[in-house]
Amino acid sequence: MQKNLTTRAVIIVVTLLICVLGIVGLPTSKADLINNLKTHIRLGLDLKGGSRLVMEVQVEDAVKGDGQQTIERLQQAAGKQGIVWNSAEVAGLSDPATVDDADHVNILIKGVNPGKAGDFRNLVSTEAPTYILTTLNSTDYSLRLTPSDLSELKKQAVQGAIDTISNRINDLGVSETSVQQYGQSGADYQILIELPGIDDSAHAKEVIGTTAVLWITGVDKQHDTAFTSREDALAKLGGILPLNEKLMRAKPRVRGQADEWYLVNSIPVITGRDMRSARAGQGDTPRTWQTSFTLSQDGGRKFARFTGDHVNDKLAVILDNDIVNVANIQERIEDSGRIMGLSTQEEATDLARYLRSGSLPARVTTVFENSVGPSLGADSIHQGIVSGIVGTLAVVVVMLLYYKRSGVNAVLALFLNTIVLLAAISYFHAALTLPGIAGVILTIGMAVDSNVLIFERIREELRTGKGTFAAVDTGFNKAWWTIVDTHVTTIVSCAFLFLFGEGPVRGFAVTLTIGLFANVFTAVFVSRTIFNWELSGRRGTEPLSI
Amino acid sequence: MELFKNTNYDFLGKKWPFIIASLVLSVAGVTSIIVKGGLKYGIDFKEGTLIQVKFANPPQDNKIRAAMLQKVKGEVSVQDLSGNGVVNTVEIQTEAKGQGEGEMNANQTVMRSVLTDTFGQPGSGKLDLNNTSVEELANRLRDPMARAGVAMSEQQLQTLVSNILGEINTRHSGLITNFDELRSVPGMNSGIINTLQQECYLAPFHVNTAQMVGPKVGAKLRQKALFATLYALAGMLVYIAFRFEWIYGLGAVIACFHDTLITVGLFSLFNKEISMTVIAALLTLVGYSMNDTIVIFDRIRENLKFSRREPLEAVMNRAVNQTLSRTIMTSGLTFLTVIALFIWGGPVLNGFSFALVCGIIIGTYSSVFVASPIVLFWHNYADARRKPTPGGGPAAPKAPVGGGPAAPRVETVRKNSTKAVR
Repeated sequence: MQKNLTTRAVIIVVTLLICVLGIVGLPTSKADLINNLKTHIRLGLDLKGGSRLVMEVQVEDAVKGDGQQTIERLQQAAGKQGIVWNSAEVAGLSDPATVDDADHVNILIKGVNPGKAGDFRNLVSTEAPTYILTTLNSTDYSLRLTPSDLSELKKQAVQGAIDTISNRINDLGVSETSVQQYGQSGADYQILIELPGIDDSAHAKEVIGTTAVLWITGVDKQHDTAFTSREDALAKLGGILPLNEKLMRAKPRVRGQADEWYLVNSIPVITGRDMRSARAGQGDTPRTWQTSFTLSQDGGRKFARFTGDHVNDKLAVILDNDIVNVANIQERIEDSGRIMGLSTQEEATDLARYLRSGSLPARVTTVFENSVGPSLGADSIHQGIVSGIVGTLAVVVVMLLYYKRSGVNAVLALFLNTIVLLAAISYFHAALTLPGIAGVILTIGMAVDSNVLIFERIREELRTGKGTFAAVDTGFNKAWWTIVDTHVTTIVSCAFLFLFGEGPVRGFAVTLTIGLFANVFTAVFVSRTIFNWELSGRRGTEPLSI
Repeated sequence: MELFKNTNYDFLGKKWPFIIASLVLSVAGVTSIIVKGGLKYGIDFKEGTLIQVKFANPPQDNKIRAAMLQKVKGEVSVQDLSGNGVVNTVEIQTEAKGQGEGEMNANQTVMRSVLTDTFGQPGSGKLDLNNTSVEELANRLRDPMARAGVAMSEQQLQTLVSNILGEINTRHSGLITNFDELRSVPGMNSGIINTLQQECYLAPFHVNTAQMVGPKVGAKLRQKALFATLYALAGMLVYIAFRFEWIYGLGAVIACFHDTLITVGLFSLFNKEISMTVIAALLTLVGYSMNDTIVIFDRIRENLKFSRREPLEAVMNRAVNQTLSRTIMTSGLTFLTVIALFIWGGPVLNGFSFALVCGIIIGTYSSVFVASPIVLFWHNYADARRKPTPGGGPAAPKAPVGGGPAAPRVETVRKNSTKAVR
C-alpha cells in the first residue's frame, strides 16, 4: 500500500506541476508572472471588450462583375470580327440586390444580326467558355454561368473577401484577430470577424467594409492636366469623350480644395489584386514623403509593359471612383516602385494603406455585431472576481465546518480542479468567456457534489459500525458509480451542445467537459490518495474526522 | 457536525402539494408568456440594434427617447438599467420590424450621432474623449503636441494615448468628467493636459456596448440554440434509459423540462430578458437538475437490489432520505456560489445568476417530487395492468422469479444493476 501511495503521489505532483507551468509558465519576476498569466489565460471578447462581427459578402456583386467583364471582352473581340449587336446588359438582379440573386444573374444580348449567328456562337464559345448560351429568338441571346463556375466564383468571392479583410485588419494594429468563414463554405456567404480589445467598432466597420476597388490606370496623354469640373472637361474635349476613357474626380486632399478632374483610361493596368505591399517613408528631399510599393509577378509584367510605353506620362491611382493620386511616370517600373513628392506623412500613410488594402471582390454588409466596450468588460471581470471569491470562500468555510478534517480534502480537490481547468484552457488556447464561466460554475458545483457524495457515503458506512478503513473503502466504491453516471450524462449532453451549438454554447460545453474530466481525477483519485495517506499511519479503530 | 442523520420523512406521500405547486408555477409562467405575447428576448434572438450608454448624471430617459424618435427609423425603446451596482446606464434599442441589415446599420450610426447632438458639443470641432479610439486620439494630438512643445516620438505618443484611454476605461468605467482625473496616467504632465483640454471635450456619456442582429443571423442563432438543447436532452434520455430503465430516463428528462419551463416562466413573470448568456444558464441548470436526479435514481436502484419485496414507494422514500444530507449540502453550497454571483456579479451576469438561483431550487425539488413520482406512477400503472383484479393474490402470473407485486420492476432493474455495484 505504501508503494501504491507513492506512485499516486508522484502522479498528482507531476500533474500539478504541468498545470501550474501551463498557467504561469516559468516567471522570473512578479511582473513576468502577471504577464504570463495574462497571455496564457485569454479572456473572451465579452470579458475583455472587443467586437464580434458577422459580415455577409454580397456574392451577387462578383457574379455581376464577371458578367460585365465578359460583356467587355465579347465587345472587344466582336469589334475585330465585325459582329455587332444593339444592347448587352447584365440582368436578373432585384433591387436591392440580395445574395440569392447571384443564382439568377445572366447576360442579355439583344439584336445580333441573324446572318452572323454562327460567328456569334463561335465568339461566345471562345471568349466566354464559362457561360452557357441560350437562344431566346433569332436575334436575342442569354448567357448564364455554368453551375460549377458559378459556385466556384461565389466561393472565390468569399475567400477573396476573407483575405482582403484580414489584410485591412492587420493594418488596424490589433492582435489576436480572427477572420474566418461563418457557416458552411459554398452555402453561406458570411464571414466571422473577431477583434479583441478594439475600442471603436464603428471605425473598424468602416475600414473593413470599404468596397475599395483599387486600380491604377493611365491618364490621357493629350489632356494630362486637371480640369476644374466635368463641364469644363467636356467643353475642352469638344463634348466627346474618347473611346475607353472616362472622367474622374480626384479626392480633395484638404477640405475646401477646388475640384480636380482627370481624363483616364477606363481599363485598369493593374488592380488591388496585383498589389503585394506598400509602405510610407521619408522622401529623398527634405520635408517630402513617399510611398513605395511592390507588385506580384504577373502585375509587375503588366506594369512594366505599361510604364515602359508611357515614360513621362501620368498615371492615376483610383480607389472607389475617386482618384487618390496622380503621379508622373519617370521610368519603366517592374515589380517595385515608389510614388514620390507627397507633402505630408499622413498622405503617404493613407496612400500606402489604400494600395495595400487591395480590393474587395464584392460589397460586405454587417449582419451581426456585438461590441463590448473595454470599460464594461473591465467592470464585468471585477464583479465576476468579487462574487467568485465570496462564493468560493463560503463553500470552503461550510465544507470545513461540516466535514472537519475531511473537508480539507474536498477543498484541496476543489482547488486542484480549478487549476487543472485553467491549465487546460491555457494549453488548448481557448478563451474564457461568460458562458465558459457558467461551465466553470457547474464544474465547481459538480466537484462539490462528488465530494459530498463520497463523504456522506463514508459517514453512512461508519454509522453501520464499520471500521475506518472499510468505511472509506466502501464509501468510495459505492459513490463511484453514481459519480460516473452523473458525469457521463453531462458529458453526453455537452457533446450534443458542442456538435449542434453555436459560439457561446460551444464554449460552455468545452469548459464543462474539461472540468468534469478534471473532477473525476481530483474528487476520486486525489481525494482517495489523501485519505489513504492520512490513514496509512494508524489503526482501523481510530475515528476519522469527517 | 451532522444534520439529517437517519431521517425518515415520507417524501413521496407528500408529493401532491408539491406537484400542484409545480403545476401552478408552470401554468402561471406559461400564462404570463401567452398574456405578454411571447418571451422578452435579448437582442441576440430578437433582431434589431442596441446600444448601452453610461451617463455621468442620472439619465433623462424621456429626453433620450424624444431625441431618438426624431431620427431613428422604427420603434425605439429606452430602458434604465440603473440599480444593482449599475449607475446611470440606459439601454437604447430599436426593433427591426421588417428592416433589413442596411437600415439597421444606418440606425446604429444615427443613434450615436443623436447622442452627440443632444448631449455632446457637436459644433465645437473638438474630439469627444469619452467616446474615441486610440487611432483617432493619436491623430488628433500628433500635431498640437508638437506645436505645444511636447517632444514625443510616434511610439511614445501611441503609448500615451493608449494609457489615457486605458485609464478612462478601466479606472473610470469609460467616463470621466474632469481632465484632472487623468493626472495619474504615467507620463502625464500639465502640458499634455492643456493640449488635451484644447483639442478634446468630455461628453457626459459613454457608449459601452453596441449590438446589431440582422434577420439572417438572428433566425440562425435561435434555431441552433433550440436544437442544441433538444438534442442534448435527448442524448441524456438515451444514456439514462441505457443505464437504468427507459422510464427513469423519461422521468429525469421531464423533470429537467419542468425546471426549464418554470425558470423561463419566472423570466417572463419578472420581465427579464432571455439572452445568449441566459441560455447558457438554462443549460447549466439542466445539468444540475439531471445530476441531482441521477444521484437519487442511483440510490433507488441500489436499494432495489436488497429489498425486492418492499413496495417501490417505500424504497424510493428511503433513497430520498438517505441522500437527503447530500442533497441539502450540494444544493446549499452551489446555491451559495450562485447567490453571491446574483448579488455581486453585476448587470452582465444578472440574468445568468437569476436563472441559476431559480434553477437550483426548482431542480432540487423536482428530482424528489417530479422525477421520482413519474417512475412510481408508471410502475404502479404497469403493475395494475398486469393484475387486473386487486385481490388476485400476490404472485403475478408473468413473474417467474421473486414474485410479489413488484416482480416485473425487479426483473428490469436487476438486469442492469450488475453493472452498477461491484
